[in-house]
Amino acid sequence: MTDTIVVSPRAARTYQRLLRFGRQLAGFIALFVIWEVGVRVFHVKEYVLPPPSQVFEAAWEHWSSMAQGAWTTTLEIVAGYVLAIVISVPLAVSIAFSRLVEQTVYPVMVFLQIVPKIAVAPLFIIWFGFGFTPKLLLVFLLSFFPIVISSIAGFRSIDPEIMDFVHTTGAGGWKAFLKVRLPHALPDIFTGLKVGAALSATAAVVAEFVASDRGLGYQLLQYNGDLNTQMVFAIIILLSAIGVIVYFVVELLQRIVIPWHVSTTQGTGGIELT
Amino acid sequence: MVSIVPLPRRRPAGDRSAAPVKISISAKSVSKTFRLGASEICALDNVDVEVGDGEFVAIVGPSGCGKSTLLRIVAGISRPTTGDVVTNGKTVDKPVTDIGIVFQNPVLLAWRNVLDNVLIQMELRGEAPGKYRERAVALLTAVGLGDFLDRYPRELSGGMRQRAAIIRALIHEPPVLLMDEPFGALDALTREQMRVDLELLWMRTRKTVLFVTHGIDEAVLLADRVVVMSPRPGKIEQIVDVDIPRPRGLDARHHSRFIEITQHITDVFLSRGVLKSESRLSDI
Ligand SMILES: Nc1ncnc2c1ncn2[C@@H]1O[C@H](COP(=O)(O)OP(=O)(O)OP(=O)(O)O)[C@@H](O)[C@H]1O
Ligand SMILES: [Mg+2]
Repeated sequence: MTDTIVVSPRAARTYQRLLRFGRQLAGFIALFVIWEVGVRVFHVKEYVLPPPSQVFEAAWEHWSSMAQGAWTTTLEIVAGYVLAIVISVPLAVSIAFSRLVEQTVYPVMVFLQIVPKIAVAPLFIIWFGFGFTPKLLLVFLLSFFPIVISSIAGFRSIDPEIMDFVHTTGAGGWKAFLKVRLPHALPDIFTGLKVGAALSATAAVVAEFVASDRGLGYQLLQYNGDLNTQMVFAIIILLSAIGVIVYFVVELLQRIVIPWHVSTTQGTGGIELT
Repeated sequence: MVSIVPLPRRRPAGDRSAAPVKISISAKSVSKTFRLGASEICALDNVDVEVGDGEFVAIVGPSGCGKSTLLRIVAGISRPTTGDVVTNGKTVDKPVTDIGIVFQNPVLLAWRNVLDNVLIQMELRGEAPGKYRERAVALLTAVGLGDFLDRYPRELSGGMRQRAAIIRALIHEPPVLLMDEPFGALDALTREQMRVDLELLWMRTRKTVLFVTHGIDEAVLLADRVVVMSPRPGKIEQIVDVDIPRPRGLDARHHSRFIEITQHITDVFLSRGVLKSESRLSDI
């Protein structure tokens, strides 16, 4: 016989959430433990794969230079990413709703999307030098396309019958856009934003690899040259953390902007109590 | 025999005025051809329909005969290939706005809960939704959605979605109602109840209603006149007057005229080969 425990939906949800968080944390701890034990048991050389304890130790020693690098790199990521959002969403709107823009701009975009964008990075050095600008531009370039492409898909994918209904209300273009087309496109826009967020960290690091005198990418190359593998790992972990934070900011924004969406509420939204 | 009266025709029993009826919807020689690449599909072939002001007209016909197409043309959201349409006194050359329309699918907005899906009608019409909230809640409660006002469409059953869509078409009190199989997704019981409710609502408000269905029963139980359509290319086979007294309510199924008229329409479909008395599966 199974006992049915009646719980309030809110309590049930909180419990599920805590359980999930606990499991995720356990996964990470397990990863570090296996890493530490594995390295020690098999006597792996520390310049090949240092144990995590040494990585954290090295990070602790160099925290202030790492913080400076993180600041530089984060600035590049955020500036390039925000620029990409500001330009790509209105561009997607105009491609989705203007025949002229679609026929002229869209084919060019599709072509440019195929160009390996990272290959352009050295060119940016010639054009814009070693400073902040080429990094911002590469971040922009990499995060721009996924946002445009999925936003266009979002604006286009609306059920034509919904628009038929809108037309029977006599609502003008603006009202229809704000009340129907934009909310419909938001889930797809957010999908693009997340892909763009993930790419923007990569773009900043690559841009710093090519030519730079600061930032985490620059530091990474320096430490790599010194065979300081502990610090290489420390910086990789820090870069990942920055990427995760940017991603979660977008995720949080999504929860606030489209609380109704399936990806936000997970599954049917209801919780089956057994 | 059932009287088959060509246009213009007498008003059904119970009509108060003897004066000539104002025409609310008129479709004259309407044809519609869809072009798909090289092939053409003729969905409507020279259809004439008139619906008087305050009249309830049902369209029955087999699947694919162009019922939805005709309704969309009357609403101005699809253009006829030839022919002219007047809806609510105005020649139709763009979407008609003084109508309430129920599509074959609910066509709700996924990001709005049930109540807000009804109120979008007012918001898009530039009205403050707050003024209509009470009426929307009352209507939704009347169709059994009172406990689901703050639910999103994906949390509802198909029949519940369709009921929300019906209320969305009523909230702004349009003089003309266009309904495309509005009860299609409902279970038999809810369907019967909605049918009775719609009749009473119509008797109170006397809206002009054009109601598409493939239920012969439903058409005869609701309408003043039933337009019987033949299979593709959609043509009007017959227009049948229904002189069953109102309100027809739940008992009308036993009315002798109900039985005669539904039998007559069934015979029309039999004669057109839409219905066959032998199974088409028997020789497989
Ligand atoms: N947008 C379209 N493009 C091409 N063909 C179409 C289109 N809309 C409808 N048709 C065709 O027109 C014919 C009539 O379609 P319609 O939807 O009006 O039928 P219906 O009578 O409403 O059928 P049902 O009872 O199944 O809803 C069908 O053969 C269909 O294939
Ligand atoms: Mg149809």
